[in-house]
Amino acid sequence: MAHAKLTCPDDLAAFRGQAREVLNAYRARVLVCMTGCRARGAVALGQAFRAKLAGAGLDQEVAVVDVGCHGQCSRAPLVLIEPDEFLYGNVEPEDVDEIIEETLRNGRPVERLCASENGKVAAKRDDVAFYKHQSHQVLRHCGRIDPRRIEDTVAQGGYEAVAKALCSMTPEEVIDEVREAGLRGRGGAGFPTGIKWGFCRKAPGNEKYLICNADEGDPGAFMDRALLEGTPHQVLEGMIIAAYAIGAGRGFIYVRAEYPIAVEHIGIAIEQARACGLLGEDILGSDFCFDVEVRMGAGAFVCGEETALIASLEGERGMPRPRPPFPANEGFLGKPTNINNVETFANVPIIIAEGKERYGALGTEGSKGTKIFALAGRVKDTGLVEVPMGATFREIVFDVGGGIPDGREFKAAQTGGPSGGCVPAEFLDLPIDYDSVQKVGAIMGSGGLVVMDDRTCMVDMARFFLEFTQDESCGKCVPCRVGTRHMVDTLTRICAGEGKPGDTDELERLATVVKTGSLCGLGQTAPNPVLTTIRYFRDEYEAHVNEKRCPAGVCKNLITYSISEETCKGCRLCKKACKVDAITGEKKQVHVIDTPKCIRCGLCMDVCPFKSVLVS
Amino acid sequence: MSCACEIDMSLAGGVLDSMEEKRRGEGRSVTTQDLIPLLQEVQAAYGYLPPPVLVWISEQTGIPTSRMYGVITFYSQFYLEPHGRHTIRCCQGTACHVKGSKRIGEAIKQELDIEEGGTTDDMRYTFEAVACLGTCFLAPVIMIDNDYYGQLTSNKIPAILASYD
Ligand SMILES: Cc1cc2nc3c(=O)[nH]c(=O)nc-3n(C[C@H](O)[C@H](O)[C@H](O)COP(=O)(O)O)c2cc1C
Ligand code: FES
Repeated sequence: MAHAKLTCPDDLAAFRGQAREVLNAYRARVLVCMTGCRARGAVALGQAFRAKLAGAGLDQEVAVVDVGCHGQCSRAPLVLIEPDEFLYGNVEPEDVDEIIEETLRNGRPVERLCASENGKVAAKRDDVAFYKHQSHQVLRHCGRIDPRRIEDTVAQGGYEAVAKALCSMTPEEVIDEVREAGLRGRGGAGFPTGIKWGFCRKAPGNEKYLICNADEGDPGAFMDRALLEGTPHQVLEGMIIAAYAIGAGRGFIYVRAEYPIAVEHIGIAIEQARACGLLGEDILGSDFCFDVEVRMGAGAFVCGEETALIASLEGERGMPRPRPPFPANEGFLGKPTNINNVETFANVPIIIAEGKERYGALGTEGSKGTKIFALAGRVKDTGLVEVPMGATFREIVFDVGGGIPDGREFKAAQTGGPSGGCVPAEFLDLPIDYDSVQKVGAIMGSGGLVVMDDRTCMVDMARFFLEFTQDESCGKCVPCRVGTRHMVDTLTRICAGEGKPGDTDELERLATVVKTGSLCGLGQTAPNPVLTTIRYFRDEYEAHVNEKRCPAGVCKNLITYSISEETCKGCRLCKKACKVDAITGEKKQVHVIDTPKCIRCGLCMDVCPFKSVLVS
Repeated sequence: MSCACEIDMSLAGGVLDSMEEKRRGEGRSVTTQDLIPLLQEVQAAYGYLPPPVLVWISEQTGIPTSRMYGVITFYSQFYLEPHGRHTIRCCQGTACHVKGSKRIGEAIKQELDIEEGGTTDDMRYTFEAVACLGTCFLAPVIMIDNDYYGQLTSNKIPAILASYD
């Protein structure tokens, strides 16, 4: 719905009043995640709710709202019912009748769809362990509003921070507030945001640009995706305030093309903001003008690096260049440019609306506020997690994430993606902030947190990351182009059982060269996964090199498959699945794998219903 | 492989017209700055970047084809060859790797008898490996066109692939 142009803060307040009235007309709301949960059938679920509520004559009292991520993605599709706060997971269209009858008519939870904690049903969202240990600040509206309707955002106080900044603060005051709040860039490096804005504000010239970095290249991270999909106006709000602070007239959002829903939602948000006069000329009656354009990436990890991103916006190959000059002085088209991450922008309206004191109450001495993590890998509950800076790995992985499934053991947490490292169990109680994680050789990074258990081979992990950075290296500087190639080759040899004594030391030496000699952050951080795994898991490297053994049972050349005589039922599924006829055995008899023939593809293991295929 | 006479230039004309109109609104013309969105839209229209179309756009805009070629070969999402009717994107991101995405990729390659980046002879599928689809909670995951398939094991692949024509 387009709204008339808002020409002053009072118009915004009136709009907010109307939007609230519309919301309050319903006595209950069914909030269906229509972003990540789409991958698990949320569309059909939403349709079922709408059709059946209409059928039951409840559609005037109960609203069905398409919302962004609720967080606990491992239970997708998720549905939250307001005002009861019941959170239902793994919901199927067949469950809708019962939810309508029990919950929406009678106010009772449908217990079989609720989470259970130690055998006890946790119906309300905040009683679920996954949420109990979190602190939703930046994500407070994610999962509560329809991201495609500006009214929903405005009803929750959206754009009030813009009104406050534009109509009652000078740009310098905005910068001071953000600086004193202690906000640091969420894109990985943690540079103080207010200071960066100050540089750009002071840079000479009238033509300045603002860029939102939504390239989210860390494979295993989805915080920025969730923010753009679930609360796009909050990101826009942060951008408008930043643009006002530095004096930029034009902005870009650079989104990776793998995120179609994010592209769609931010596009809708921009159009609506424009229609309401929140983007464009004389925003809210001030004389400040600013507009934003979405650009899609084209599949190059290095384009997350700020100078490469700018080159890409200019229509060039996405190659980084040496800094200085920094973008704050010479950025897009050679003009002063400020670039921040999505989550950084999403923090800004909170600081402006609530003040630096309140904002700084959460977090550690050097890192204020909260951090959103994308929790994934070998952990029970995966999803989006927001905790105060300074929360420990144990709190995130065990209290929030519920620990490691299948009775396995925690081995390491990988943070910071290809630029980060693997943090071992001995640091489970380390409070996470920018500085502490760096001290143990990794980086906090942008928020990807992938959990590994004893079935993860650390040498294979190091090879995985190096293969990634090697492939994504733009090739401009030699240490990164050639150095990462050598490191991959060495790691590949070790994983193949062809490692030589001294390989590990050679890797460490090369890592230092690549780290110190590379042009941009890609090369400078690429060796981190190798260095941390050598530092904390040297014995695994040695097992590969000296004993030709992969302790985790991952590296193909170093393992053999066999079938357990005790549990094999002779169902023949493995025999049928094997593409190289390496499995023999009669029906109802124990089957046998012919090791020389076996190509270790693992298909037999995947099809075996009795978990009888073993790796050694 | 294809000759210019078979290619419908009006699609590219439409893309260029609408971009020119947009830029006129901003008081400028289409320049190299617009090269990436331009190529993205042309690719969306044709399914790939037919070289004769690129030559034609170069003539219209003055952007040299050499410049285009440099950009096209840098970014992994531009293709100079036609793609299959369906695109399989197999995630090889960290979360998926930890949960065994290698085996999923192997199963797809075996089933379709193609390599990474390849297209089946019948033009049914193109197979790409990508780093993170942003649905790590479903790991390991693949995407076929706009459909996600998560928590996969390799034995589920044949049935999934059989369901597209
Ligand atoms: C190889 C490489 C990849 C990067 N990828 C991203 C990214 O995907 N998203 C992001 O916000 N920052 C990324 N950065 C960091 C940016 O260069 C830049 O520091 C950041 O966008 C600044 O925003 P912030 O101060 O708000 O964190 C990357 C840096 C390097 C060296
Ligand atoms: S790592 Fe596969 S979807 Fe993120």
